[in-house]
Amino acid sequence: MSDILAKDGKQLLLGNEAIVRGLFEAGVKCSSTYPGTPSSEVGNILETEAEREGMYFEFSTNEKTAMEVAAAAASSGVRSFVFMKHVGLNVAADPMMTLAYSGVRAGMLIMTADDPSCHSSQNEQDNRTYAALSLLPMVEPSTPAEAKDMVPAAYEISEALELPVIFRTTTRVNHARGPVEFGPFRDTASKGRFVKDDPKFVNIPAYSKPNRVRLLDKQKKAMELSERSSLNFVEGEGEVGVITSGVSYTYVKEFVSGVSILKLGFTAPLPEKKIADFVRGKKAVIVVEELEPYLEDAVLRISAQNGLGVPVYGKRSGNFPRQWEYSPEVLSGIATLVKVKDFKKPLQKADIVLPGRPPTLCAGCPHRGTFAATKRAVGSRDVVYCSDIGCYTLGVQAPFRTADFIICMGGGAGAAGGFAQSTDQLPIAFIGDSTFFHSGVQPLMSALFNGHKIKMVIMDNRTTAMTGHQPNPGTGRDFGGIKTDAIDIEKLVKGIGVRFVETVDPYDVKAMNKVMKEAIEFDGVAVVIAKRACPLELKRQKMLVCRRCEVDDGKCIRCYTCLKTIACPALFKDKDGSIEVDPVQCIGCGMCANVCPKGALEVKQ
Amino acid sequence: MKYTVQIVGVGGQGVLLASMVIGNAAMKEGYDVAMSEIHGMAQRGGSVLSTVRFGKGISSPLEPAGGADLLMGFEPAETCRNLGLCNRDTAILMNLEPILPSSVAAGFESYPDVEEIVEAVRKITPRLITINATDLAVKAGKAVAANAVMIGAVAAADGFPIGRDVLLDTLLETVPEKFADINRKAFDLGYEYYNSKEKS
Repeated sequence: MSDILAKDGKQLLLGNEAIVRGLFEAGVKCSSTYPGTPSSEVGNILETEAEREGMYFEFSTNEKTAMEVAAAAASSGVRSFVFMKHVGLNVAADPMMTLAYSGVRAGMLIMTADDPSCHSSQNEQDNRTYAALSLLPMVEPSTPAEAKDMVPAAYEISEALELPVIFRTTTRVNHARGPVEFGPFRDTASKGRFVKDDPKFVNIPAYSKPNRVRLLDKQKKAMELSERSSLNFVEGEGEVGVITSGVSYTYVKEFVSGVSILKLGFTAPLPEKKIADFVRGKKAVIVVEELEPYLEDAVLRISAQNGLGVPVYGKRSGNFPRQWEYSPEVLSGIATLVKVKDFKKPLQKADIVLPGRPPTLCAGCPHRGTFAATKRAVGSRDVVYCSDIGCYTLGVQAPFRTADFIICMGGGAGAAGGFAQSTDQLPIAFIGDSTFFHSGVQPLMSALFNGHKIKMVIMDNRTTAMTGHQPNPGTGRDFGGIKTDAIDIEKLVKGIGVRFVETVDPYDVKAMNKVMKEAIEFDGVAVVIAKRACPLELKRQKMLVCRRCEVDDGKCIRCYTCLKTIACPALFKDKDGSIEVDPVQCIGCGMCANVCPKGALEVKQ
Repeated sequence: MKYTVQIVGVGGQGVLLASMVIGNAAMKEGYDVAMSEIHGMAQRGGSVLSTVRFGKGISSPLEPAGGADLLMGFEPAETCRNLGLCNRDTAILMNLEPILPSSVAAGFESYPDVEEIVEAVRKITPRLITINATDLAVKAGKAVAANAVMIGAVAAADGFPIGRDVLLDTLLETVPEKFADINRKAFDLGYEYYNSKEKS
């Protein structure tokens, strides 16, 4: 629908589409990521469009590697872009922190897509804190149009300072849509040369110490840029000032009147003089920002240092919450201080009980078979299901209840080792193929090394499903003339010395159940690879062969084993108690037929 | 003038497509446009909400609760669940075709009769217009054209600030060319249906 490669014009773009357009306008030549919502669409677009514009793009095995790939490109004089969701930056923080000491030669942006309100995340950490921690400059767009324009602007900042720049977005920027005016594409070198410079790039203690001083010097220069930057501007007039950034700016602009707004787009280092000048003489200053009081604490400090004595309202004063994303209504928290537009009274709730509609595993999802088989094999044993980040997280729902502990990517397998050591419960770690490559191999090696008898189930659905079906090392890669072989998970696991390794098709629930029993009985680390492609991915590739399940009412004894164990959305109990198949949803995977004790379900061509 | 359409439904129903059509048509009419979508887990059968705001001086992609001018409900339970987006003046268009959540299909929860949902909504607001978009789409030639029926119906809503032809043209630019006739027909059926309902 949108054509982000169009020569010129104006289009309604998703924030993530606008960012990709900005990359082309900035002439970025190397980009890398590990997929994570709300940044995922950027990778999906680059996967199909980057090559046409002469840009290299890769899905790295994890964010840390992605950061290192982009760091090397920028250190060699090639403009690079690395992007990830907020928690991904935790993984990539290690290289980032020292890359700040080295600096770069060509521009480099690090996009962190934060997710206030945890729309699709395990936490809502505020990654602006990373700018303070790393001393890297940071920019924050408020809208898709600004996001597009800020990309080339941020590359200019990066090259002026020879430092990577953090490009911080939130879900309401990545997944907002708005009109974006197109500019011309720029061409830059796609290949550079790494010119060796030990004091800069080799961070041994003797060089790190002076590099730290150089970084602090760059901070001063960065602040001068921030003071002069057109990304930080004042608009409107009033006795009360509002300081804001990100999407919050759009709420203030539209729903608060009679105030002067200091809109900050270059938010690290903050333009301290500009802020002091803005605050000076105001009757009051209000800071509107989501999550942590990042701006507010800086404004309080700058006011104190300058002896301004202007009251500052925000989270510290209790006017705004510190948790969850904002929407315009949050501004009612300052209605006693400024003129806030009246909000209409919402209708009351209807007096009726509605069923919930949480996201759920798809019809024919092989994870259903894996969970059903595992639960049956576990029986009455006291187990801890250590789950991970992916579609299989949805195993937390009834009837599966196969997620007792979830913290981060690869975290289930690591925790399983801890549970094995510190409890008498049996830890079973579920992990997806992409997550296994991301950070599941290391905890598996650690369990072997330390003698933790964990059971790991690698749910190999041949794609990175949850984030929109990206390739991973287990699928091989086909991009821009680069064709690589798939890495064989079974060989890898055997290679590191796991003695119990079985690959099984989870559609064959009975076979999977048998293997799980053996794995549980095995005295040592056991790995079961439940291998079956994600039907959504097959559908996307037009490779899904649809069959249909049919119920033989004469054989069905209405024990509902199919519903209780597989719980496929294509199966339902009719009003008369009979089992029916929804022909629109059913793909004929046969898992329900496999568990039916009476053979009442049959897959038909 | 500012106008907000809230579109609710279930992943796969065409909520995002409808919001793109309305957003692009609004841009053609020369309005500022700001939109917001919830992505990600929606494709796993969850609820979907898309906000389209347009007019003069629009910058926020989110509309406050109660602020919608129009609620376009692609599914009865989702429409009912989202009444808080509306106020007493909000026009509500509700498609009567239910989509059962998997918890209902498996027998863990129950889905009320659609008539009960309609009645419960009517107790809260008189501004409800129900439509069987799927039936009309089948009449037009294909069940999946239900979202074209919904868009056509919206075009007829009292005070809807985007011209019928602009909306129809944008719809036809958005859908595959081979389905243009079906979509045009579906749009017309929706438009006529809403007109006849609003006048009655």
